[in-house]
Amino acid sequence: MLEQQLVNGVVLGATYALFALGFTLMFGVMGVINLTYGVYFAVGAFAALWTTQALGLPIAAAVVVGALIAGVLAVAIDTLLLTRLRKAKAPELASLMVTLGATLFLYAGMAASLGTEIRRFPAAVFDGGAYSLGEVRVGATQILIFAAALVLVVALMALVRGSRIGLAIRAVAENPDAAALMGIDGALMLRVVSFLSGAIGGAAGVLVGLNFNAIQPFMGEHMMLRGFAVIIVGGLGDLRGALLAGLLLGLAEVLTAAYLSSTLKDMIAFGLLVATLWFRPMGLFGRAAAKRA
Amino acid sequence: MWEALDDFYWTYQSLIHAIGVNGILALSVYVVLAVGQLSLGQAAFMGVGAYTGALLTVKFGTPFAVSMIAAAAVPALLALVVGGPTLRLTGVYLAIATIGLGEITHIVLLNWDYAGGALGLSGIPERGGVWAIYGTLAVLLVGFTLVARSRVGRAMEAMREDEAAAGVMGVNLPRYRMTALVVSAAMAGIAGCLSAHVSSFIGPGEYGFESAVRILSYALLGGIGSPVAPVLGAAILTLLPEVLRPLADFRLMVNGLIIVLAVLFMPRGILPWRIARTG
Amino acid sequence: MSSSSPLLAVEGLTRRFQGLVAVDGVDVAVREGTVHGLIGPNGAGKTTCFNMISGVLPPSEGRVSLDGHPLDGLPPYRRTARGLARTFQNIRIFSEMTVLENVMTGMHARLTAGLGILWRSPAFRAEERAAKARARDLLGFVGLLAAADHRAGDLPYGDQRRLEIARALACEPRLVLLDEPAAGMNPAETHALLGLLRRLRDERGLTLLLVEHDMPLVMSLCDRLTVLNFGKRIADGTPAEVRRDPAVIAAYLGAQQAEAQTGAVPAEASGHPAEAAR
Repeated sequence: MLEQQLVNGVVLGATYALFALGFTLMFGVMGVINLTYGVYFAVGAFAALWTTQALGLPIAAAVVVGALIAGVLAVAIDTLLLTRLRKAKAPELASLMVTLGATLFLYAGMAASLGTEIRRFPAAVFDGGAYSLGEVRVGATQILIFAAALVLVVALMALVRGSRIGLAIRAVAENPDAAALMGIDGALMLRVVSFLSGAIGGAAGVLVGLNFNAIQPFMGEHMMLRGFAVIIVGGLGDLRGALLAGLLLGLAEVLTAAYLSSTLKDMIAFGLLVATLWFRPMGLFGRAAAKRA
Repeated sequence: MWEALDDFYWTYQSLIHAIGVNGILALSVYVVLAVGQLSLGQAAFMGVGAYTGALLTVKFGTPFAVSMIAAAAVPALLALVVGGPTLRLTGVYLAIATIGLGEITHIVLLNWDYAGGALGLSGIPERGGVWAIYGTLAVLLVGFTLVARSRVGRAMEAMREDEAAAGVMGVNLPRYRMTALVVSAAMAGIAGCLSAHVSSFIGPGEYGFESAVRILSYALLGGIGSPVAPVLGAAILTLLPEVLRPLADFRLMVNGLIIVLAVLFMPRGILPWRIARTG
Repeated sequence: MSSSSPLLAVEGLTRRFQGLVAVDGVDVAVREGTVHGLIGPNGAGKTTCFNMISGVLPPSEGRVSLDGHPLDGLPPYRRTARGLARTFQNIRIFSEMTVLENVMTGMHARLTAGLGILWRSPAFRAEERAAKARARDLLGFVGLLAAADHRAGDLPYGDQRRLEIARALACEPRLVLLDEPAAGMNPAETHALLGLLRRLRDERGLTLLLVEHDMPLVMSLCDRLTVLNFGKRIADGTPAEVRRDPAVIAAYLGAQQAEAQTGAVPAEASGHPAEAAR
């Protein structure tokens, strides 16, 4: 049924948009594709699992805990790995490779210590029941996911576009040297951005883990393909583009799975990615300038 | 004497094969790094080559040479599709598109029933063997050494150091980038085909993200000052897991750690000697 | 070629960066066999002009032609094949390569070796030998022959500048664009550079277009000058004419006063877009 699929698609799309938002924020400000982003996604989900299982806290608390832990990890990794390269003004591919190595290191570490079997949230998490609107069923969990994604997206956009910190962040992204002359602590701003995007990635991990009720160390790796697709389709570094492209991808996946095939669903992200690169490398909405070599 | 060698070969057969195959893979990623680009699609190209070659051999009984040619051609075509739009842009786009290619190849192989799906493809007859593997590796090593010591090698190193300056020196940047990627994909495909025909079984799990990163770590550990360096890196990293057996599940972390350390502290690799660029 | 049609003709060259006009309708005509200076206060758009002429940066508007053939839309490597070469403001030699290899890289467009590389064909070997000999010649010309096998990045600063010039000459250009060749040089080095550039014109018949801040060098070397200010051409003529031009005097005085008031040298705005274009 179309309406039901649209609801499911919007919920999924909201989580994709949230995931991509943190990713594109990181790229937009740091100018580096940070592949460890997928790790924060998985770490957030595991932290939430631990919060709900071991501490027995409600899922709303789990989102916060997941975001905090992932955010702190993001700051630690950025400080440890990228500060040095940034100081040396290393080429962007060097930074990409460092984060790539760190990603494998962290995934392998998580897989070895936590195991690779799929884990699930305790049943109590899903106790909220469901609401029916005509023939459309909307689960309480779905509402929670959508609401949390919406709140985080709005909060982040407000922070970046409407606050003094946001102004400082954008100044650092635009021109770090000029920002420093204006008295902005660039290193601090980069830590703020690392924390924000790590936290967003972690929160997205909790929500996506909740949506599919499946948590696994490599979940972030599979999500990265969607993250790439969304940030390329939306335009590298373009926050609004990432939001729209995320929603679009979620809808497209759910509709494809419902009406065509579930195998095809997994290929949509890549198809959109390659098609965008061929025909509109500046992104669907054309605001971000594609960086030509 | 021969008997002892024979014993040694039979005991360590799969390791000897792996060192040669990984050497070819290391060279395949070297070609792209040598022009200042980054491909994370080597595992996918290898997988496509392995499946193409193995399917032809198993289902159609084609001669090994035909399987090999196809195993080089199909990944090369894929490289054109992915490289066409991305190589006009900065290196980040190629890296992203090739990571995507790796994921999608994995998904397709998992779901492709004709090729065995998640169970993989088994019963691949043994072809080529150690001579084909090391013969290919030797030919490639000599070829790359000759190319490095010519105007092409100079152009490649110039691109890696400073693309804009290389362009102003008259280097056709898009063409060099594209040729490097296509050659690299074909080589990875050949490596996949060779490896499939000595291991009798291939599965989708062998060509995932970890493999792509592992292949990159060969070249980063060895360095890219000369074609020998990445092959040396591959040999070390192929032997390392044998040494690191006590680490068990944590072994994979080592490849990741090596990349981090190599980029941060050893950007020229363990064999920093640089090949001369004049013929 | 007649003296009336210039070797390099730049017409209406314009470049906008997000609303900011860095170069605004600039015309330059460089006659064959002359040294032409492109000068102006910091941020006047000189390097941006160079980047557009050499094809590193696409212009928003305007035309560039070399010896009557339009270069518009051609990538840098095609312009090099047509006879254009350049050096960069911030030295951009290939520092990991040897000095000799750097110069040989400059010959890329003039060398034709193809598959013969793989079997060391006689043609390849002959070409490579000849290239090496010519590279040594050029190094001798700029006075770097003794350093031929050194790592280029290890050369002292002034030598790196001369290597960059030798590398540009290896392209067998008709016109060389020199972006601040004397920047960072001491008076002795600058004096040697002046001699070298004169020999390029007088002995090799080359045409030079240079951006330079060292006014004594510019005034004694250049046959003709084009002056830019805020992206616009404000004067064009012989050094003697330009020196008397009230608009030029005002532009330079204005820039000096601005510097005196803010206590800082204005950022070289024309350098920034070059970075953005990479």
